[in-house]
This record gives sequence, C-alpha cells and structure tokens, in this order.
Amino acid sequence: MKRLLTAIAVAAITSLPALAQTVAVTNGRVVTNTDGGVLNNGTVIIRDGDIVAVGTGLDLPQGAEVIDANGGWITPGLFHPATQLGLIEVGAESSTRDTAADESVFNATLRVSDGFNYEGSHIDESRIDGITRFALYPSTGSSILAGRGALADSSGEAGSLFADDQFMLVDLSRSGARTAGGSKPAAWAYLRAALNDARTYPGRYMSSQTGIVLNRADAQAFEAAARGEMPIIFAMDDNADILRLIAFKEENPGLRVVIMGGAEAHTVAQELANADIPVILDPMRNLPDSFDVLSSSMEAAGLLFDAGVDVAFSTAASDSYFNTRLLTQHAAISVAHGADWADAFRAVTLTPAEIYGYGDRFGALAPGYAGDLVVWDGDPLEVMSAPTHVFIEGEAQSMETRQTRLAQRYAEIRSDAEYAYHH
Amino acid sequence: MKHYGLYLGLASVLALTLAACADDASGDGDREARSGNDQDDSEIVRVDPNPYPSTYTPPPSGLTLIRGATVFDGVGGEFQNTDLLIRDGVIAEIGEGLEAPDDAQVVDAEGRFITPGVVDIHSHLGVYPSPSTNAHSDGNEATDPVTAEVWAEHSVWPQDPGFDAALIGGVTTLHILPGSANLFGGRGVTLRNVPGRTVQSMKFPDAPYTVKMACGENPARVYGGRGRSPATDMGNMAGYRSSWIEASRYRDSWHDYWEQAEDGEDVDPPNRDLELDTLMGVLEGEILVQMHCYRADQMAQVLDMADEFGYQVSAFHHGVEAYKIPDLLAEAGTCAAVWADWGGFKMEAYDSIRENLALTHAGGACAMIHSDSELGIQRLNQEVAKALADGRRMGLDISDADAIAWFTSRPAQALGIFEETGSIETGKRADIVLWSDHPFSSYATADQVFIDGALMYDAEDETRRTVRDFMLGQPGEGDN
Repeated sequence: MKRLLTAIAVAAITSLPALAQTVAVTNGRVVTNTDGGVLNNGTVIIRDGDIVAVGTGLDLPQGAEVIDANGGWITPGLFHPATQLGLIEVGAESSTRDTAADESVFNATLRVSDGFNYEGSHIDESRIDGITRFALYPSTGSSILAGRGALADSSGEAGSLFADDQFMLVDLSRSGARTAGGSKPAAWAYLRAALNDARTYPGRYMSSQTGIVLNRADAQAFEAAARGEMPIIFAMDDNADILRLIAFKEENPGLRVVIMGGAEAHTVAQELANADIPVILDPMRNLPDSFDVLSSSMEAAGLLFDAGVDVAFSTAASDSYFNTRLLTQHAAISVAHGADWADAFRAVTLTPAEIYGYGDRFGALAPGYAGDLVVWDGDPLEVMSAPTHVFIEGEAQSMETRQTRLAQRYAEIRSDAEYAYHH
Repeated sequence: MKHYGLYLGLASVLALTLAACADDASGDGDREARSGNDQDDSEIVRVDPNPYPSTYTPPPSGLTLIRGATVFDGVGGEFQNTDLLIRDGVIAEIGEGLEAPDDAQVVDAEGRFITPGVVDIHSHLGVYPSPSTNAHSDGNEATDPVTAEVWAEHSVWPQDPGFDAALIGGVTTLHILPGSANLFGGRGVTLRNVPGRTVQSMKFPDAPYTVKMACGENPARVYGGRGRSPATDMGNMAGYRSSWIEASRYRDSWHDYWEQAEDGEDVDPPNRDLELDTLMGVLEGEILVQMHCYRADQMAQVLDMADEFGYQVSAFHHGVEAYKIPDLLAEAGTCAAVWADWGGFKMEAYDSIRENLALTHAGGACAMIHSDSELGIQRLNQEVAKALADGRRMGLDISDADAIAWFTSRPAQALGIFEETGSIETGKRADIVLWSDHPFSSYATADQVFIDGALMYDAEDETRRTVRDFMLGQPGEGDN
C-alpha cells in the first residue's frame, strides 16, 4: 500500500512537466467516434494533453513517446454516466459512505463534490478497465431532490473532480414515491412545489426562510435547474412515469431533462426521441423485478437506438462504485441483443459526454479532444479483453491497483511467517 | 484437491441411515426396497429422508443428432467438428462423422459450440423471485440464527420468471439456497430448470439434500442488531458448535435406539426434531454443507470445526478470499464457489480480486463460478470468461476447456450430481447448450438448450420458449 501511495504522490508531483510531452499511439484499430469511423492501423498523436492528430500513415513528431498498440484497439476513454466512485469505499460501512443524507435538513443544496474522495481505491479499478471520466451522483436521502452531481476523471489525483454542480438528481422512481410520503402523486406534487419555490427565489424568501417545501439554501441550489441552466436527471423506470415526464417537459419547456433508469423507455421510444430526452440505461436489466418494470428487456437499447434516442449506458444492475468497471460488459449485452456495436460503444463514451455538456471535449478521438485514450488487447466489448494502456489528458496512468497488488502477493502461497513481508 | 466433495455421490445410493419410514404403509418403492430385507424392521421407526419426492419426469425427447460443433465436454476436453447423438434423453454417442439414424432430428452446428448445460450452485430464484414484492421475500427465515429445520423447496415459487431467463442463459440445473441471515439457514434444493406447476416437478430426482450455513457479517449483523447472539464472529462459531453438539447427541440417540430396536428390545424412539434431522444428516454424510464465507481466516476456522465434529464442507460460497488459502481448501477437499468480480459491499468482501477463481484453481483447489443473482445466472459463461482472462493475464496457464468446468462439472460435483450431469459423456443426461459463438465471447447466446435430451429453448422458435404464469398477459410477455 505504501508503495502504491508513493507512486501516486510521485505522479502528482511530476504531472506538470509531463504536460509538455507528445505521445504517439500507433499500430491499432482506432475507434474515433467521429465521421471518420474506424481506422485500421491508425495512429493518435497527443500533445500537451490534447489530441492533435488522428489518422493512418501519420508522421510521428520528433521526440514523441511512441506507444505501440500492437494491433490492438485504440479508443476514447470510457465515460461512465452514473457512478458513486470515491463516494463509497465499503458499501455496508456508513463511515465510508457519502452518498445520501437521510437525516439532513438539506436536499438540493447537497453537493457530491463535498464527499468525493479522489483516492478511493475503486477509482483505480475502474481506470484500469478503461474508464477515464465519470459522473458522480447522489443517492436519495430525505427528499426526492437528491442533490447536485459532479464530473471527475479517474486519475486518482487531487483535482480529478473537474466540473462541479453539473446536474440535479430528482428521484421519481418507486423509491422517490416512498421518500415523498408514500405515492407517485406525492413525488410529483413535491417536484412541482419545489420548482415553484426555486423559480420564485429569492423573492419568496425575502420575508421567510422557507418556501412551500424548500428552505432558502435548497431553493437557491435548485434555481439553476429550475431555470433550465442545469440538467435534471430524473430517476424513473415505468413507461407511465416517462410519459408524464414528457408532458411535464412540454409544460415546462425550459427544463433540461434526462432520464436515468428507463427500464421501460423502449416502449415509448418514439415519444422520447420526439421530446429529445436522453436516457441513461443499463442494458443488463431484463427481469420484471417490480411492477414498474414489467417490460424491461435486453433488447431495449437497440430499440431506443433505432428510434433515435440518445442513450448512455450505466452499470446500475451491478453497482455504482465497485463494478462500474464492468461498463463494457453491460454495453456488450445490448450488442448481443440487437444493438449496433458502434451505437453501444458511443453509449459509453461520446453520448454520456454530450449529456453532461462535454461532447466537444471527451468521448471521441479527434483534434481538440482531451487526450483520454485507451489501448485494448482486443475488442473492448469482449469480456476477455482489457486495456493495456490508459491515458488521461495525455498522461499514462498506473495500471496497478490495490487488487492487482493482492493478486501479485498471492500469486504463490508463502508461509505465514513470510507473506506479509512480500510487497 | 482430493475429492471435490465427490465422496457423497447421490443420496439415493448412500442414504442408508436416514433411510425409510417403514411403519408407513403408503411408502413409495424406494422406501420399501430399503426396509424390506428385515422383517422386524417394519416395527422400527426411521426418519423418512425424502418426504417431498421429486415428481420430475424428463420431457418427451426424440432422437437428435447435433453435427459438426466444437464440443467442450466440461471435464477438460475440447473436440473440433464433433457430432453428438442424443437418444432417450441421454448422450448416446460422441464422435466425428456419426451416421444419422432414420428418424433423427439433425441440427447443423458447424461453426457453433456445445457445452454441458450450465449448473449454478448458488441461486435464490423462486425464494427471492421477480417481482421482488414483500410477499415474495421468502429466502431468509430470519427469526432465529439456527433454522436448519426450514427447507428452501417450501419457499420456491415455481412461477418466477427468472427461471425462464436462466434457461435462455443455458442453465439446466440450479441449486436454490436459503439466504445468509442465519448460522444455519435451512436446506437447499437442486432443481431441473424446467417449467412446473409444483416445485416437486422441478426437483432433481435423488439429488442429495444440502444445508446452507453462513459465516461472518450477516448473521452477526442480523442478530447482534437485535441484542442477541450471535453478535460477533466468535458468537457465530459458538452458535455452530453448540448446534453440532446437540446434533451429535441427537444422532447418538437415534443410533442407540436403532441398535436396541434391531436387537428386539422394546424401546421408544427419540422425539423427532426437524432442525436436528438436518444436522444429523450432515454428520451422517448425507446432507452436503454449502457454506457462505468470505474471508480466508474464517474459512480456516470452519474447516477446523468440520474436523472437530466429523463432517465435510462441500463448498464455500462467495469465498472472496479463497485465493489466499488454496492449499487449505485442497487439503480439506472443499471447493470454492465464487463470483468473477463482485466485492466491496462489506468489509469481508473488500479483498475481492478478479483473479480469485483462476488463482484458487491454479493453487490446486476445486473452484467454480456461482451467480447468487437472477441476472448473473443468465451469463455464467461470461463470468467464467472474465475470470479466465484475468487469470491468464497474470500468467496462469489454464485452457478454455478447463475453465468450462467452472460452470458445468465443478458445480455438479459439489452438489453430488456429477454422475448424472455436468459433463458431456456417454450415458449421462443430455443437458446441453448449443451456443451461437464461443461461449467466452460477449456476443455468444444460447441458440438451443436441451434438458434430458428435450429441446427446452430454441432462439429461432417462439414456441420453444417458456413463459411463466406471472408474465402471461403482462406487458413484456416473452421478452428477454
């Protein structure tokens, strides 16, 4: 562990000079996520952290560090749209968890960034499986307004949280109904009242600290979302709820609306496409685990793509902090059940970046994009493939984690007297 | 790595001491056969080992020839361009260029792959079914830390749509366990993955009974939280040991009774105790212990306890730290049934590594995959693929064919049903999956699934797809 921490510390210290480097990744199948499509035997050149050239037969700049992809795949880094990396270390231990605040008097004003631990060990595990960026979201606490989310990279370094106050999470799923007092009508009533409070902020609060449902701090925090300046991620699955949300958006045309969950979204795919509402979906969910999701299907993603809905994939059915690293396996399920490979891969790279307003910076390999790049030893959606190199803004990342250290320690069984000295 | 729990074999063969309830005139054939050789025996009270017998009968099947596939036999073999002949529900012939009998259905499987039917040793389908309503939360009798008297088969809801989804994932046999709230959670049951109106009609005939035990945080949390024992790891151990002492006494009292009764003495039988019946079955070697345990040190304590009371642990389930003690597992002949990569959800799962399965296997222990999940059970082939790839990446030399055993023969062995299923060998039940692609590819799906030679699922034929009652007439009926 000590060596690992030292390695990270060294990386942090040396990170500034490293920015002045040029890296050329060559000899791979390049998935650009642009009109350029897929390039065989392509090269990507990164200078000062940004991509400057992508193509075949490129001249390598003098002095560039050359990484031979060895015939593997070169792709943009994965962008996980829904994680709690760095917010939970051990799920069952509340002392390691900063996701929800059941007993807080606050809701919308809660910021996940205030709980983010950039050294959380699971960030490293996700990084070595190709995730370079991720969204951080809160869990529902005392209110259906769960709080404000943020975006981070997976370097594990101080400063890796690069965008705060990016979205508001509102829980209109079955759990939101319970939180709101016991029913979906209660959740919708709360949402309308909270929007009213936020839209009348600060006027309503001149003479009082409280609105209909929000206190001053929460109303202030919700204001940007209520005015359409911040996306609202609505957690919901049931197609009836989704249609209610589409109608709600029509009544409130300024809102920026995203659905997270969406187990039945494919049954109203055309309506979602027409309303221009993206969906964050886990393609693994296919069982009727509640009466709200009777239609869930592994074919859902393909149907949503066909209708023209913007879809990003999550790992909700695995978890939000440990097996976020399984994003490619979850994506592959959609391909095995009818989705196009290119759509599925876009759903773990460029589409999530677009949902969060970073589609011109992350999720593609093209000049001007950040040098977030992964070299894989095969098709990234194949479960037997894995990254050999991960770059974040042009910097090669450590492929060592607490788990790889454990595996190395136990590669051979040593005596009880010796094993703990092997590190 | 001595015998993988194989020492038990099928209950029908070895269920001697817990044998028949001969004073019951309505007994089935087995009972009479077992008790019929001693005329005085009819006076002697015995414990009926199988009061809820399987009524499973293999679905009708014809003659099927599957041609030209790559066949993984589940016990380390990989054979190119090989044919498989299924007759009367069993694997009749395996070889190249088999001749098609006149009335055989011929399946052209060139370019495709065959494995034995998937066996999941750890499932809660039916006891924690979909939808997960309050009424369906039937997996943990969390009212007392020792509930060896409850039987999972009495909770299984045969209409769980999860069974349909598991079939599409190639699962032909699955073992349903109670949850892990209790030290002794109750008996497990092994099922054929067939539709049935009753649980009895799904039960794997004569599969040994099992008992679920649980280590560590769960029992201590559930009961410690109520201010009662066990509240700690040491409380857990004390709880098991007290029960084993009681069970040993109970077993002795029955043996004393049988001995005296067989000598013609006029003795009263001991009072039946459902909980102790199960524990006695373990001590007699007839009921297999399937034990939820995460940490290496806890597994080591349990192995000592098994020695203390003279029983065998068939498999540790979850075994997140099995990779730390493959030597101890191998020496004890105890398997580890693990996930590919779950962890982190509690302290005892914190040292989860992706190489666990491969390292445990390479260390000489019997290792296998398990799902413990209604989603994971749908793709145990992929879970094995991940574990294998991670093992190879750290330099372990394990063949595809050896890894196929992790979702086929290994779990069958640890369930005591390997003589009947879990591999593709002549004479065995024809439980077979025909995969669209190499089963370790993300894109592989089951094209056809056979159980006892009957085509139970066919991706190309809507009529060969089961729809449980719950989904009939619902939105999403027939979706996967």
